Amino acid sequence: MSVKHGLLALLERGPMYGYQLRAAFDSATGGTWPLNIGQVYTTLARLERDDLVAALPENEGQRPYEITAHGRDELKKWFTTPVQRGDRPRDEVAIKLALAITTPGVDVAKVVMTQRTSTMRTLQEYTRLKAQPGDLPWLLVLDAMIFQAEAELRWLDHCEASLVRYEPQAVPVPADVEVPR
Amino acid sequence: MTVLEVRDVHRVHGTGATSVTALDGISLTVGAGELVAVMGPSGSGKSTLLNLAGGLDSPTRGQVLVDGTSLQSLSRKQLAAWRRKRIGYVFQDLNLIASLTAAENVALPLDLDGVRGSRRQAEEALTEVGLDGYADRFPDEMSGGQQQRVAVARALIGERRLVLADEPTGALDSRTGEAVLRLLRSKVDDGAAAVLVTHDARHAAWADRVVFLRDGVVADVSERDQPEELLSTP
Repeated sequence: MSVKHGLLALLERGPMYGYQLRAAFDSATGGTWPLNIGQVYTTLARLERDDLVAALPENEGQRPYEITAHGRDELKKWFTTPVQRGDRPRDEVAIKLALAITTPGVDVAKVVMTQRTSTMRTLQEYTRLKAQPGDLPWLLVLDAMIFQAEAELRWLDHCEASLVRYEPQAVPVPADVEVPR
Repeated sequence: MTVLEVRDVHRVHGTGATSVTALDGISLTVGAGELVAVMGPSGSGKSTLLNLAGGLDSPTRGQVLVDGTSLQSLSRKQLAAWRRKRIGYVFQDLNLIASLTAAENVALPLDLDGVRGSRRQAEEALTEVGLDGYADRFPDEMSGGQQQRVAVARALIGERRLVLADEPTGALDSRTGEAVLRLLRSKVDDGAAAVLVTHDARHAAWADRVVFLRDGVVADVSERDQPEELLSTP
């Protein structure tokens, strides 16, 4: 997801100025994705350049923005298009573990355990937040983070079990790399 | 204030060449108002630890203290009475007595000690777990989730200081399972100490501390941070 689509969705509720947008974004994501006001204004400037939002006349020193018809089309397209797995950032934990296994001298079991303890702690905190009352949109965002953390923990358990049976093989050096003598 | 203290406990099943070490020197303390989850693969010693904590099994070496009293120092009869008064259990297989109503099942530990007003306390405990009006139903007239809540009410009734739960959400759907954990959490927030054995990370996450067992020893412990710190992380 981009901040761009987040702001368009918020403006669909009605015109807002920068600080209102930032507050609404914070509230929708439960503060898990803090935006600074600079990001909000930079994004608004780009949205205005692309005719997705329009600036309204200033009111008491604040300039509200509204979504345009073109912006509404873009928003509709965003809501009806699935997010592709490939669009998301690479999983650093998976890459780190793969490299740990093939790097001499690394205690892989310890890498797994350290990650698991950290992810478990995060899951405990999400759960504590969930125990408090909240609106459905925020609770669903929280649930998404809870399920992702749980999935990572299950995968780490799987890694640990696989490592017990693992017999390392010599890692081949790519053929076209010349090793200096 | 410490309610449960497990001191360097070993538990070996069998003797000689065929002996199996289930616990190999575990120490753990659980205070009032604290929920500790125990996780680990099958055979890591989770259930053995819970059985020792509840006096259902004895350590080969080491000590288990509940409210400062060593369970090994009690006679079998004293231990049974001690367990009834102070320790509540919730197991995956609910152990409800089919010929008793929900209220009779819940009141049973109090009745065995001749406590007066047990019926009223049982009804209060059932209300606490959201089963108001179910007091006179038999287990087979209730859903799995409702039966599990009866088991939780039985574990929480009276002045129980220590609650031990072994996969208490085992057969339940995720919503009902979560309701059981909320109950356990709220009992703990009211001052009880609890140990929860589970293989489910989402359930363990309700705990203040998560202990990972591997081959009968504590491999790692996860304690939660303050949520403010978590949310301020960019």
